[in-house]
Amino acid sequence: MGMQSDNERTEPQALARADGSRPGAPGKPAARYGTPWRRFAHNRLTQVSAALLTVFVVTSLVTLPFSLRWYNVQELDKAVRHTPAFSPVVSYGHYVQRVTGRSGPGLSAQAEACGSVAHRASSWFGHDDLGRSLFYRVLPGFLVSLGIGLAAAGIAVVIGATWGAVAALTGGRVDLLMMRIVDVIYGLPYILMVILLKIALTRPLTALFAGHTKYADMVILFLAIGGVSWLTMARVIRGQVLSLRSQPFVEAARASGAGSVYILRQHVLPNLVGPIITYAALVIPQAVLQESFLSFLGIGVQQPTPSLGRLAADGVEAVNTFVGYWWLITFPCAILVLTLIALNFIGDGLRDAFDPKSSEAMLV
Amino acid sequence: MIALIVRRLLLGIVTVACIYALTFVMVISLPGNPFQQGQHNIPPEAEMALRARYSMDNNWLYFQEFLAGAVRLDFGPTFTYNDWTCNQIIASALPVSILLGFLAIMIAVLIGVPVGVLSAVKRGSWFDVSSLSLVLLGISVPTFVTGSALLIVFAVCLQVAPVGGWGTLGHLPLPALTLSLPFMAYIARLTRTGMLDALGSDFVRTALAKGASPRAVVWKHALKVAFLPVLSFLGPAAAQAMTGSFVVEKVFGVPGIGQHFVNAALNRDAGLIMSTVLVFSTLLVAFNLIVDVLYTWIDPRISESV
Repeated sequence: MGMQSDNERTEPQALARADGSRPGAPGKPAARYGTPWRRFAHNRLTQVSAALLTVFVVTSLVTLPFSLRWYNVQELDKAVRHTPAFSPVVSYGHYVQRVTGRSGPGLSAQAEACGSVAHRASSWFGHDDLGRSLFYRVLPGFLVSLGIGLAAAGIAVVIGATWGAVAALTGGRVDLLMMRIVDVIYGLPYILMVILLKIALTRPLTALFAGHTKYADMVILFLAIGGVSWLTMARVIRGQVLSLRSQPFVEAARASGAGSVYILRQHVLPNLVGPIITYAALVIPQAVLQESFLSFLGIGVQQPTPSLGRLAADGVEAVNTFVGYWWLITFPCAILVLTLIALNFIGDGLRDAFDPKSSEAMLV
Repeated sequence: MIALIVRRLLLGIVTVACIYALTFVMVISLPGNPFQQGQHNIPPEAEMALRARYSMDNNWLYFQEFLAGAVRLDFGPTFTYNDWTCNQIIASALPVSILLGFLAIMIAVLIGVPVGVLSAVKRGSWFDVSSLSLVLLGISVPTFVTGSALLIVFAVCLQVAPVGGWGTLGHLPLPALTLSLPFMAYIARLTRTGMLDALGSDFVRTALAKGASPRAVVWKHALKVAFLPVLSFLGPAAAQAMTGSFVVEKVFGVPGIGQHFVNAALNRDAGLIMSTVLVFSTLLVAFNLIVDVLYTWIDPRISESV
């Protein structure tokens, strides 16, 4: 089918060019020092990106007890709705009375001291139009977005790598058919696929998660995003396996009497780790971005569950009605963009580390 | 050359047919149907009558009828927009999207390629670093954020552009620019990658050694090779840009075709889903064909290997 060659040319350059020759392979001198992981760890930009993501993750996890309690607490008081960032409005006593009075037993003494700090933090990013603390929505929202990205990447890896490897190893008609299927799915509009998958998955999964609509919703979302992200992975892995099979060191192994299982385990799988990890790392930011588009269209994470995309989309809507609500768009977007840039840098770092040949040409 | 075009054309038709079949299977296996949307369900008898009227009670018959209509470029009725046929919806929305997408791709190429070339030539300079940062921003910032930011700056604060809508020349620049940014970022990146490869190759060294001016070597000899990956990116990218972006359309209130992809799917509007998918895949196949032809024109070695 005509599209195959065209689409193959559009794939990420480095991966398309990764013809199985890497520093460990005979005949190719190592372009840089050390193992891929050491090269990865010595890349300054990936260090900074990893540090930034770590800070985000740790902060979100540490504050998780508070954000779980407060992310959906509404203060419909006029004084609290649309409070700008960094301006505390409600006294702590008032707040505790309102919050704990509604959500179960009060806090212990230590928890109260801790809660005082936590409460002060709640006004750092301002409040939205329902008087909810943006700080305690952005932090769990970050975790939700990252979780969707990771899960979608995981699905893409499982389906894509299996599909590509099976196609390449079986060869012949099966290979042809499997790759034609990938071609045809490539020809469908991406957003339509996500929506159709989402519709198809909604009924069975809502039944499966009986009552927990919130979780069913998120699972549907990452299944749908992951279900369309595996195509490029399948192509990359197929190409990789095909070129590996014809590599001299695999031929040498076969000539010296190694069985196909042995070759698969000793030679093919270890050389697939690099491309799989690299491509998975690049799927994560794509999935996070896709989730934000879906949220903007109103079919992403449903209220009141926060995600960075959901919050950014809400912020855009709020700013469109009144430009003065700058904090509602600034903070979610800043965290979203920083996260995406960091994830992209880490993906590029991985690609450079596993395929030094391409590092010349890629970012940094 | 003609043999190549004919072969690609036939393959393209097969591809579109497969895409149609796949979409059809997905559409009929979806839960819910277009006749049950809205506040009140229609009586079962009426639904049966409607289904019979549109041959939707028999999947195989519907498959054949829609296909026969599509071949004659008649996509039949929609089920959610009363008094509209799919043809009318496409005829009103597609030109808008094609104009916008064409402008966006032009902007992306006209800015992305020079930026990529310059940052490859001045590798490591402040220009390279800052353009790479901008590229990363272009890839990382969602279009609804850049679009809204442009709206706030140019329409609300400076008041040099209309806030949204469609119809005058003034409505064009902001959505076209917003739509072009991600494409521009990818094009700049691909150009830079290809240019670095090309600049390190032997023919560039030979040309320089023979005394060709560095400018001519970069912009004529090297760019011709460096542009090939951009060209193959442009095929799918143009199809994507010209079938509209729901996000950009929503931010700027543009009546393009992108919104129909989303709404048709959400409404399970079988006729509209399949006609929009057919429009998209036809454009995709057509642009890939054009790219193939341009490819063999730029690099004649390829036609031998095809």
